Amino acid sequence: MSTAPLLNVEHLTMRFGGLVAVDDVSFAAERGQITALIGPNGAGKTTVFNCITGFYKPSEGMIALTHASGRRFLLERLDDHAINAKAKVARTFQNIRLFPGMTALENLMVAQHERLTATAGLTLGALFGLKRFHAAERQAVELASHWLERIGLIDQADNAAGNLSYGDQRRLEIARAMCTRPELLCLDEPAAGLNARESDSLNALLRTICAEENTAILLIEHDMSVVMTISDHIIVLDHGAIIADGPPQAVREDEAVIAAYLGVPDEEVEDAEREVGL
Amino acid sequence: MDTPETTTGRRLGPALLDATISAGIAFLLFCLLLGVRTVDSVTGITLQPRPILLAVVVGLVFFGRLALNLFWWDRDWTFPALPFLPKKQGDGASSAANEANRLGLILVAFAVLFPIVAYLLNTAFGLHLPLRYWFDLSILVLTYVMLGWGLNIVVGLAGLLDLGYVAFYAVGAYSFAIISAHFGWSFWMCLPIAGILAALWGIMLGFPVLRLRGDYLAIVTLAFGEIVRIVLQNWTDVTGGPNGISNIPGPSFFGLDFGLRAENSFHAFFGLRYDPLYGTMWLYYIILVMALITNFVTLRLRRLPMGRAWEALREDEIACRSLGINTTVTKLSAFATGALFGGFAGSFFAARQSFISPESFTFIESAIILAIVVLGGMGSQLGVAIAAAVMIGGFEALRHTDSLQLIFGQGFDPALYRMLFFGLAMVAIMIWRPRGLVSTRAPSITLRKGKAAIAGELVGEGRA
Repeated sequence: MSTAPLLNVEHLTMRFGGLVAVDDVSFAAERGQITALIGPNGAGKTTVFNCITGFYKPSEGMIALTHASGRRFLLERLDDHAINAKAKVARTFQNIRLFPGMTALENLMVAQHERLTATAGLTLGALFGLKRFHAAERQAVELASHWLERIGLIDQADNAAGNLSYGDQRRLEIARAMCTRPELLCLDEPAAGLNARESDSLNALLRTICAEENTAILLIEHDMSVVMTISDHIIVLDHGAIIADGPPQAVREDEAVIAAYLGVPDEEVEDAEREVGL
Repeated sequence: MDTPETTTGRRLGPALLDATISAGIAFLLFCLLLGVRTVDSVTGITLQPRPILLAVVVGLVFFGRLALNLFWWDRDWTFPALPFLPKKQGDGASSAANEANRLGLILVAFAVLFPIVAYLLNTAFGLHLPLRYWFDLSILVLTYVMLGWGLNIVVGLAGLLDLGYVAFYAVGAYSFAIISAHFGWSFWMCLPIAGILAALWGIMLGFPVLRLRGDYLAIVTLAFGEIVRIVLQNWTDVTGGPNGISNIPGPSFFGLDFGLRAENSFHAFFGLRYDPLYGTMWLYYIILVMALITNFVTLRLRRLPMGRAWEALREDEIACRSLGINTTVTKLSAFATGALFGGFAGSFFAARQSFISPESFTFIESAIILAIVVLGGMGSQLGVAIAAAVMIGGFEALRHTDSLQLIFGQGFDPALYRMLFFGLAMVAIMIWRPRGLVSTRAPSITLRKGKAAIAGELVGEGRA
C-alpha cells in the first residue's frame, strides 16, 4: 500500500488565451473517500475535471495519481484514452454522453474494450473464434449484468440507452464508468435533474461504490444537500482559485464560501468601494 | 392443438380471397403496363395485345400470394438451425432480426442457385435466354454490393463520411494490373496483395484526417479520391496514363483457363463443349463469395471489441475517449478494413474487365457507392444489398423502358434521363424513409431472448 494520496493536484493552472480559468489550484483526494468540488457557475470546476481526465492539457502544474499498488502516473503527460486505460481514471459528463443508439448492455461492453481487446488476438484471433476471447467476453457480460443489477436496470439491458429515462441514463453512465474498473471516478454533476428520491438512491449508490469497490470519487455538484450528505472532503473554487478546503462542517461555516455563494453584506461592499476610490 | 393440415384448411378461404384481390390489383396494374405493346408499323404506332404474358404475370401474383398466405406468413414451422448461422434467439418474439436473417438467407440461396439453374434450364430447353447479359449485370450488381458493404464499415459503422472510396477500388485494380503485367503473377496471388496495398492507402488517408469529422472529413476524402485518379491519369510510365492497362489476365479455375484455345482449358479438362458462359459464371461465383466474405467479416467484427468501438465512435467520440478507447487506432482500423474490401473488389474489377483506365474511377463511382449505403440504411447489411440491386439494376432497367416513348414521343431515349430519375428516386426515398430502406439497428449482443431492433432515430450518424 502506498501512503501517497490517490490524486495529488499541484499548482494546476489552465489558461485559454488571456482568460485564466483555473489559477494555481492544489488539492488532494484520498483513497476510499468522496471528495467534492463545488463553487458557483464559472468557478472552473469542470476545467479542473477536464485537466484531470485529459480532455485539456493544463498550462502549468502537475496531476499525480498513485494506485494502491504504488504505481504512479502523471496525468498531464498521458493521452486522454491512456488516462482511463492505464491510470484507471473514469468520468461521467455534465450533459450525459451515453451511446444512445446502442443498448444498455452494449454501452457497458464498450467500456470493457481494453480488457476484451487484450484477449482478442489482434482481432484476427477473435474473428476466427479464439477460446480465450470467448471466456473474456463471458466475464465482460457478467460484470455488465452485475452493474445493471446494482443500478436496477437489468430489465432494460437490451433497450437502447437513448430510450431510457433521464435518471436511468445518469445511473447507466456511472455504471459504464465503473465497468472500466477505475481507481478514481470523476462525476460531473451526477445529481443534476434528479428528483429527491432518485437523488437519495444515487447517494446510496455512490457510498457503496466508494466503500466496496475500492474506488475513490471526485465529484462536482451543485446540489448542496447531496454534497453535504455524502462528501468526506470538500474543496470550494471561486474564480479559478480555491477559497476553502476541508470537511463538510468546516466548509459550511466558512465566511469566504458564504460570501461566494450568497454575496456579502452591503456595508462591506461600500467599504470596498471606498478603498478603490469609487 | 391443430395439426398443420387442418389449420391450413381453415385458412384456405381467406387466403383465396386475399390472393384473388391481389390478382385483381395486378391485372389492373399490368393490363396497360404489360398487356399491350406499341409496335411501329406502316400506319404509325399500333397496339399489340399480349394476353398470354398478362395471364402469366397475374397468375404468378395469384399463386404467389396464395402460397405466401398458406405457408409463409402464418407458418408454424421454422428453418432448421444451420451450424454456421448465429443461434436463433427466442421464438416468435424476435421477429424483426430473424425475419431479416431469413430474407438474407433466401437471397443468398437465390444468388447461389441462379446461374446454375438458369444455365441448365437454358441448355435443357433451348430457351435462348440472354444469359450473358443477365450474368454480366448480376456480376456488376454483386460488385456494387461488395463495395457497398465495404464502405458500410467506414460510413455505417464507424460514422466516418468517406466520399473518396473509389480511390481504394482504384488502388486495388491498379495494384493487380501492374503486378500481373510486370511479374506475371496470377489473380489469386495478387488478390491479397492488392487488398493489403489498398488497406495501407486507407491508413495513409486516415492519418491526416484523424481530427476531422462530418462535412470536413467528406471534403478531404473527396479530394483524396480525385488525387488518386489524377495521379493514375498522369503517371504514364507506370499506369499507362489515360490509355490505361489492357490484357489483364482473368482469374483461373484452379489453374484452368476459360479461353477457347487455352493450354489448360476448363472445357477440355472436364470434357465439356466450349461455352464462353463458363468463364462468366466463374466470375459470378468469385464475386459472390468475395461479397459474402465481406458480409461475414463485417457481421463478425460488429460483435468484437473493434467493431463495437467503431459503433461507439459513431455514437460519441468524446465518450469513447473517456472509456479508454484509442480513437486514432479505431478510426485507422475502420479506414483500413473498408479499404481492404474496396481493394479486393478493385482487383476483381480489373480481372473481369481485363482493361482498366482512370475513367472507371471517377467521383460518380464514389457517389453511387455512398448512395447505395445511405439508401440501404447505414449499418444495415441487408439494406445495402437491396439498395445495390435496385440502383444498379434500376439503371439497367431504365435502358429498356421503351414504354416511356409512348408518353414522351419517339425520340425519347430513357437512358439519357437516368440521372434525373435516379435523383428523383433518391429525393423520394429520403422523404419517406430518411434513414434508408432498413433503418433499424440490431444490437450486437443481447442478454435476453427475443430482442427487437433499435429505432433508427436513436442511432448516431457520426456528424457530431
